[in-house]
Amino acid sequence: MATEPAAAESTVPSLVDRYFTRWYKADSFILLDVKGKPCEDHCILQHSNRICVITLAESHPVLQNGKTIKNISYQISTNCSRLQNKVSGKFKRGAQFLTELAPLCKIYCSDGEEYTVSSCVRGRLMEVNENILHKPSILQEKPSTEGYIAVVLPKFEESKSITEGLLTQKQYEEVVVKRMNATTATS
Amino acid sequence: MFPLTEENKHVAQLLLSTGTCPRCIYRFCGVDFHAPYKLPYKELLDELQKFLETEKDELISEVPNPPPKKIRLQELEDGIDGIDNLSQNGKGRISVIEDGSIASKNSNLNVCNVCLGILQEFCEKEFIKKVCQKVEASGFEFTNLVFSVSFPPQLSVREHAAWLLVKQEMGKQSLSLGRNDIVQLKEAYKWITHPLFSEELGVPIDGKSLFEVSVVFAHPETVEDCHFLRAICPDCFKPAKNKQSVFTRMAVMKALNKIKEEDFRKQFPCPPNSPKAVCTVLEIECAHGAVFVAGRYNKYSRNLPQTPWIIDGERKLESSVEELISDHLLAVFKAESFNFSSSGREDVDVRTLGNGRPFAIELVNPHRVHFTSQEIKELQQKINNSSNKIQVRDLQLVTREAIGHMKEGEEEKTKSYSALIWTNKAIQKKDIEFLNGIKDLKIDQKTPLRVLHRRPLAVRTRIIHSMETCYVDEHHFHLYLKTQAGTYIKEFVHGDFGRTKPNIGSLMNVTADILELDVESVDVDWPPALDD
Repeated sequence: MATEPAAAESTVPSLVDRYFTRWYKADSFILLDVKGKPCEDHCILQHSNRICVITLAESHPVLQNGKTIKNISYQISTNCSRLQNKVSGKFKRGAQFLTELAPLCKIYCSDGEEYTVSSCVRGRLMEVNENILHKPSILQEKPSTEGYIAVVLPKFEESKSITEGLLTQKQYEEVVVKRMNATTATS
Repeated sequence: MFPLTEENKHVAQLLLSTGTCPRCIYRFCGVDFHAPYKLPYKELLDELQKFLETEKDELISEVPNPPPKKIRLQELEDGIDGIDNLSQNGKGRISVIEDGSIASKNSNLNVCNVCLGILQEFCEKEFIKKVCQKVEASGFEFTNLVFSVSFPPQLSVREHAAWLLVKQEMGKQSLSLGRNDIVQLKEAYKWITHPLFSEELGVPIDGKSLFEVSVVFAHPETVEDCHFLRAICPDCFKPAKNKQSVFTRMAVMKALNKIKEEDFRKQFPCPPNSPKAVCTVLEIECAHGAVFVAGRYNKYSRNLPQTPWIIDGERKLESSVEELISDHLLAVFKAESFNFSSSGREDVDVRTLGNGRPFAIELVNPHRVHFTSQEIKELQQKINNSSNKIQVRDLQLVTREAIGHMKEGEEEKTKSYSALIWTNKAIQKKDIEFLNGIKDLKIDQKTPLRVLHRRPLAVRTRIIHSMETCYVDEHHFHLYLKTQAGTYIKEFVHGDFGRTKPNIGSLMNVTADILELDVESVDVDWPPALDD
C-alpha cells in the first residue's frame, strides 16, 4: 500500500497490480484451424498466496466492441454444473478438481457465437462468479475484477509449476502485436 | 512412644525376616501418624528389634547356652533368604536376630523388598540435601514449592504381594486387613520429606505452588517384574502414542485391581524377593508454572508484522510486534519461551493508534517471578525506549483466567478505523456526504482471496455501525468507520472482486481502493488501565 496519496490516477497501482501476477493463455495466430477459435485468450491472476482468479484477457472476442452476451451457463455437461461445486473446511474438501483444459463455463452471444472458458490451471475449484449470471454485462465492463469467471486453488506443491505452460504479460503482448501485424499484412 | 502393639508382632516379625524395612513394616501395621516415620533408620531398626526380642524370651529359657555369634550369623543369613525355613520353623529362626549390632549391619545392607530403598535412604536428610542443592543451583526464585515424586511401577506389584502375605498372616489370628488399612508409600514418604525440604530450603510446602520440584525414581533391576500382568490382563496394557513403556503406574494399578489372588501368587513371590540394589534417581527437575503479562500495544510502523514472517527459513521482514515486546520480558523473567496472543490483529501495513490493542504474553518456566509494580513500570519504559515502531501501556501481571476477557473482545467488541480512500472517478464533497448518514449497514463478505488459501470458504455477515467522511481532493477522502469485530476493512473498500457486497465502490458507483488503514480503537476494556 502506498503511504502517500498519488497525484493522478494512472500512478496508483490497482488492486490487481499490487497483489497479483498476470499470466496468459493465448494461442499463437498460426493455430487457426485447430480446435478452439482464434484469440480465445485467458488471463490468470495469480495471488502471492498461490490462488488463481480466471478471467478473460482483453483480446478475447467476447470483450470486443459490438459483442453482446445473451447468456452465460455453468452447466458444462449433462452431469456437471460448476454451480454445484461445494467446498468445505480449511482444506477445501469436496471441490471439483480441474485440469488445464477443464471447461468452466459457456458464453452465448447474440450473434450466435459460443465460447468456452477453460480453467488453464490445475487445481481445486473454489467458486464460480454468480454475479455474471445475473448481469452478464459486468463481464465486459470489468473483466479483471468484478467480471472474473472463477477462483482456483492449485496444490501447494504445484503452485510454481502451474504457470509453466502460460505466457508472461510481456510474452502475451508480443503475441498480440504479432497477430495485429499478421492481420494487417493479410488484409 | 513405640507405635506397634502385641497384635502386630507376628506380622512385624514376618516382614522383617523376609527383608522388609522398619518404615514399611509400620505402614503395613497401619501406623498412621507422622512421628514414628521421622526417626532415624538405625533407631527404628533398634526399637523394632527390641520389640521383637521379647518374643524369644521363651526360646532362651529353653536353651541354656546361646549358640556362638559365628553360627548365629550363618543362621541369620539363612533366615533372611529362606522362605522355606520360615514355614518350617516359624518363629525359631527369626528370633535369632537378638544381637542388635550384627542384625542392623546386615539389615542396613539389605534393600527393602517392598520399597526398594525409598523409605530407607531416599527419605533421609542426606538425600534431601542433595536434591535441595540441585534446586538451589537451578536459579529459580520461589517462596513455596510443591514436591512431586514418581516411583517405578514395580513398587505397586511388590506392595500388592506384601499385602497378600500380611493379609494371610493376619487371617491366622482372625484379623482382617483391607487395602486401605495400609499407609500408602507416597504418603509416608511425603510425611518424612516435606519437613526436611522446608527446613533445608526455608520455604513451606504448598500444594498450590507454581514452583515444582520433581524427583523420578527407577529400578532397572526389576523392570520386568510387571510383565506377567500383561499376559493375564492384556486390555490394561494398550500401547499409547507418547509413552515409551506400556507398563505405566496407572496400567499396573488397574491390572492389580483386576487380577485374582491365586493367579497373582502363581506368578509373583509372596513375600517379594530382596533386590540387590536400591532405586536409581532418574531425574531431579525443577520447573515454574507459567506467569502472564498483559498490556496494550500501539503500532506505528507500516512495515512490521505481528509475528515473525519467515518463509522457507528466510526472514521476509525484520522483527515483529511480538518479538519487540516479548524479548525484553523473556530476559527479565528469565523464561524458557513465550506465547504471544492478542485481541485480534492487524496487517503488516496497518498502524494501531488510540489506546492500542490488548495483548497477553505467557512466560513459560520463568526463573524470576516476583516484581513490584514499580519494576513493571520500569520494564514498560524500557520496552518503549527501545523502539519507536511499537509502544506499550498498562503492562501488568495477570492470571491465566483473565486471558478469557481478551479473547472475548476479539469476537464481540467493536473496532474503529480510519482509511485513506482513492477513487478512479473525480469526486466532489457532496458525493461522499451520504456515507455519513448510513447506520448499521449489513454487508456480506466472502472469505477474502488473500486469506482463502488458509481459511474455509464462507460468507460472513458483518455490520458497519457508522461512517464519517473527510474530503481530501478529487480522488481522495478519509473514511472513519466503526464496525463489528471480524470485519475485513480493506475488502469493504475495494470490494475484493465483488465478493464483499455492498462495498464503498458499489455504494458510490466508482472503483475505489484503499491506500492507508489505521486502527483507531479496539473497544475492549481489558486489561485494566493503569495511571502512569
